[in-house]
Amino acid sequence: MAMLEIKDIEVYYGMIQAIKGISFEVNEGEVIALIGANGAGKTTILHTVTGLLSPKRGTVWFEGKDITKVPAHKIVSLGMAHVPEGRRVFAELSVYENLKMGAYTRKDKAEVDETLAMVYKRFPRLEERKNQLAGTLSGGEQQMLAMGRALMSHPKIILMDEPSMGLSPILVNQIFDIIEEVSKSGTTVLLVEQNAKKALSIADRAYVLETGKIVLDGDAKALMDDDSIKKAYLGE
Amino acid sequence: MSFISYLINGISLGSVYAIIALGYTMVYGIAKMLNFAHGDVIMIGAYVVMASVSGAGLPPFAALLVSIVFCTVLGIVIESVAYRPLLNAASSLAVLITAIGVSYLLQNVALLIFGANTISFASIVPVPALVLAGGALTVTGEAIVTIACCIVIMVALTLFIKKSKAGQAMLAVSEDKGAAQLMGINVNGTIALTFAIGSALAAVAGVLLCSAYPTLTPYTGAMPGIKAFVAAVFGGIGSIPGALIGGILLGVIEIFGKAYISSQMADAIVFGVLIVILLVKPAGILGKNIQEKV
Repeated sequence: MAMLEIKDIEVYYGMIQAIKGISFEVNEGEVIALIGANGAGKTTILHTVTGLLSPKRGTVWFEGKDITKVPAHKIVSLGMAHVPEGRRVFAELSVYENLKMGAYTRKDKAEVDETLAMVYKRFPRLEERKNQLAGTLSGGEQQMLAMGRALMSHPKIILMDEPSMGLSPILVNQIFDIIEEVSKSGTTVLLVEQNAKKALSIADRAYVLETGKIVLDGDAKALMDDDSIKKAYLGE
Repeated sequence: MSFISYLINGISLGSVYAIIALGYTMVYGIAKMLNFAHGDVIMIGAYVVMASVSGAGLPPFAALLVSIVFCTVLGIVIESVAYRPLLNAASSLAVLITAIGVSYLLQNVALLIFGANTISFASIVPVPALVLAGGALTVTGEAIVTIACCIVIMVALTLFIKKSKAGQAMLAVSEDKGAAQLMGINVNGTIALTFAIGSALAAVAGVLLCSAYPTLTPYTGAMPGIKAFVAAVFGGIGSIPGALIGGILLGVIEIFGKAYISSQMADAIVFGVLIVILLVKPAGILGKNIQEKV
């Protein structure tokens, strides 16, 4: 059984259909990439999975449980964390307070402190700046904070929306190294990216989206060699 | 001496405005809506105290607690029945107009129950007046209690928001509702809590206001409500220290206006100041200029 299963979802913004019947699955331990151009519906899919949007048709299953109707604020305690597009850190809160927010639903203080130490170890930059307001961080630091905040919930699966957006190539490499580390430490990853080359380089499998539909899917390495993908997304 | 006496009166009146303004500013900060019925919750709170004291014969402090509980529940009911269904409505005007509707509803319910006659409200403040400078300066017990209440409330609220989990959740919701939900914060619950706190403070403000100005009608809350709204905008809407600064300044301006310029013109001066402030500093004294993200 797949860890996360999306079954034939259709999502609308008012009268406009953004997702036109999409199904895919994520197995435990995998890194799955959803790639596609702007407006293909990648972010909409993630928002539907974590309950920020509800689909008109179709269902979302997590660990064998139908979570389609579960409200967004109850998703994180199931073990699913979402790093939203544009980072969306709480600019008026300090780095430390942002990280504590990530553990909002966790009760055991000792365990939370343990996770915090782990996050600081993975992102030493965040520890250096723990008392600084998140709004004053650079883009790359904010991305690290958004990822650290998500890790604070100790998730089984982490959904990442465009983690490379607006970052310099060196930072993009750093962020992708961290995603690989997170995956190696046992967290399943669902990654949404416009940077198809980078995404495919770390993913096990990938789904290619075009205007609300999956047009291609398969092994990430195989997709990298696919001529149509090369032409449309890899710029070769 | 009269200058100091006016100043103390101004700070005392301003403290009431500040306590009311907190309700406006917290609700605006979190739900991004203007709750124009907030002033009328003050009036309801004062009537509940009056009814508990003279009707049910409760001691003043118990009556205040009854009023706080009543207004807290009222605030939560107003939010969940009238505002929540509209918070995601296409137009933010819908909820604004509903708030005006709720304001008239509360006034008319009070009119129906208590009648239109002005009721004299016996002060429930047990503190005696303080006579200073050999009798030249008298500070009323109401003024002392009002200023003390304002300080206690400000400190308590600041600590609550900074230190408690629920307070941090409020900050998160006020910044980004979607991201707050992803952290596991129940946004509707947080908004309801904000209304509850604002309304409980309104009950306190109502009692303080009516103890200092001992009359009560169904329209008692309307004018202080509008002025506290001005104070909130004045200080920077959404900002808690802003509500304090705005409230105190407004109270002092009003009392000085009454004392030195004209008692008929005092309200015109207060609203005139608002216009000037908004022309010079559109976001208010402590307000943030909200920048659109690109």
